[in-house]
Amino acid sequence: MSCEKISNALIAYLDGRASSDERFVVEAHLKLCAACQERAEEFRRLWQVMAEVPAVEPSPAFDAQLRQRIAEAPKPRLWGWMVPAPRFALALALLVALSVWVGGRQPASVNPQNSAANSEEQFRMIKDLGVLENYDVLSNFDALSDLPASTQPAQDEQPKPQNDNPGSGSGV
Amino acid sequence: MARSDVQLMLDVKAGDELSFELLLHKYRKPLVNFLCRMVRDQAAAEDLAQEVFFRVYRARKEYSPSAKFTTWLFRIATNLALNAIRDGRYRQMQISIEAPAGEDEPALQLPSREARADDRLIERERNQMIRGAILTLPEKQRAAVVLHKYHDMDYAEIGKILGCSESALKSLLFRAYETLRVQLALLVVRPATQSAGEGKRHEL
Repeated sequence: MSCEKISNALIAYLDGRASSDERFVVEAHLKLCAACQERAEEFRRLWQVMAEVPAVEPSPAFDAQLRQRIAEAPKPRLWGWMVPAPRFALALALLVALSVWVGGRQPASVNPQNSAANSEEQFRMIKDLGVLENYDVLSNFDALSDLPASTQPAQDEQPKPQNDNPGSGSGV
Repeated sequence: MARSDVQLMLDVKAGDELSFELLLHKYRKPLVNFLCRMVRDQAAAEDLAQEVFFRVYRARKEYSPSAKFTTWLFRIATNLALNAIRDGRYRQMQISIEAPAGEDEPALQLPSREARADDRLIERERNQMIRGAILTLPEKQRAAVVLHKYHDMDYAEIGKILGCSESALKSLLFRAYETLRVQLALLVVRPATQSAGEGKRHEL
């Protein structure tokens, strides 16, 4: 087996974590390859050298600084779980606004003829408002008393009193 | 009977602050050392280590023991360290062993003849050399070597922390140790071999 092929197994062989198959393959190669023997020996020495570097001790203030960091962190609000995420809240608000806008526009767009008729009727009423609010005109308006009985609504349950004096107006 | 790390973390989740103190006491030093070997500067390493513990505490309510506690802890630490290095926050702390050192820091070179007289200085310079060589490794190789060599983790756990397969990890480790072997040749190669054939070294 080539040096390249055993390279990945070499580290596992040296740290004692190789499988028995890997161990067998590496040992067989090392018996034949002086260069890889030398490399393996240098890896061992490298690890010894690396182990010489001492560990550092955390500073005495480490724990206190961490506790302070935790204490200063903003606490989650009691009802925080009810507050929707900003993007969700924005999307919901836009949806509601759109619904209101579409709902408000719907009658006009669905039946434009009704809307035009209503406007015309309102305009006519406003035009006649001066006449309708004039007491003198209404009190002497004989045409009201001349109306035939058949024009009264049939479903009107309260019988209208008969006007015996047609010339005296409506008596309003 | 001692509680496992996972049980301690579950107790933290249930509101037991003392269990968090126990985890902090147990992993404070390994975590600071891991991060110190990743970013070199101890103050920066402690800052990152505090951030790791802070995140663990903040995520306690959502903790679910799907992996070993150390895998989770060191994955947070590795991600934070890699992000910090890539963001350039600790760029000034990454040095080359050839780079000139600061005033209060000895140059990373082989001990001079005068320095040999002072064992402590030699030791200090050797340590600086080794730390410097590790820091010149690409970040992922550096994390793999530190977890493998200094934290004695198995391949499966390191693979989970770094997000790579075991075979990819073995290849990563081989390349990293090969780089270190060449960089630290003056410390690693036996004098006889060193003088006889520096040119005989073959690269894969």
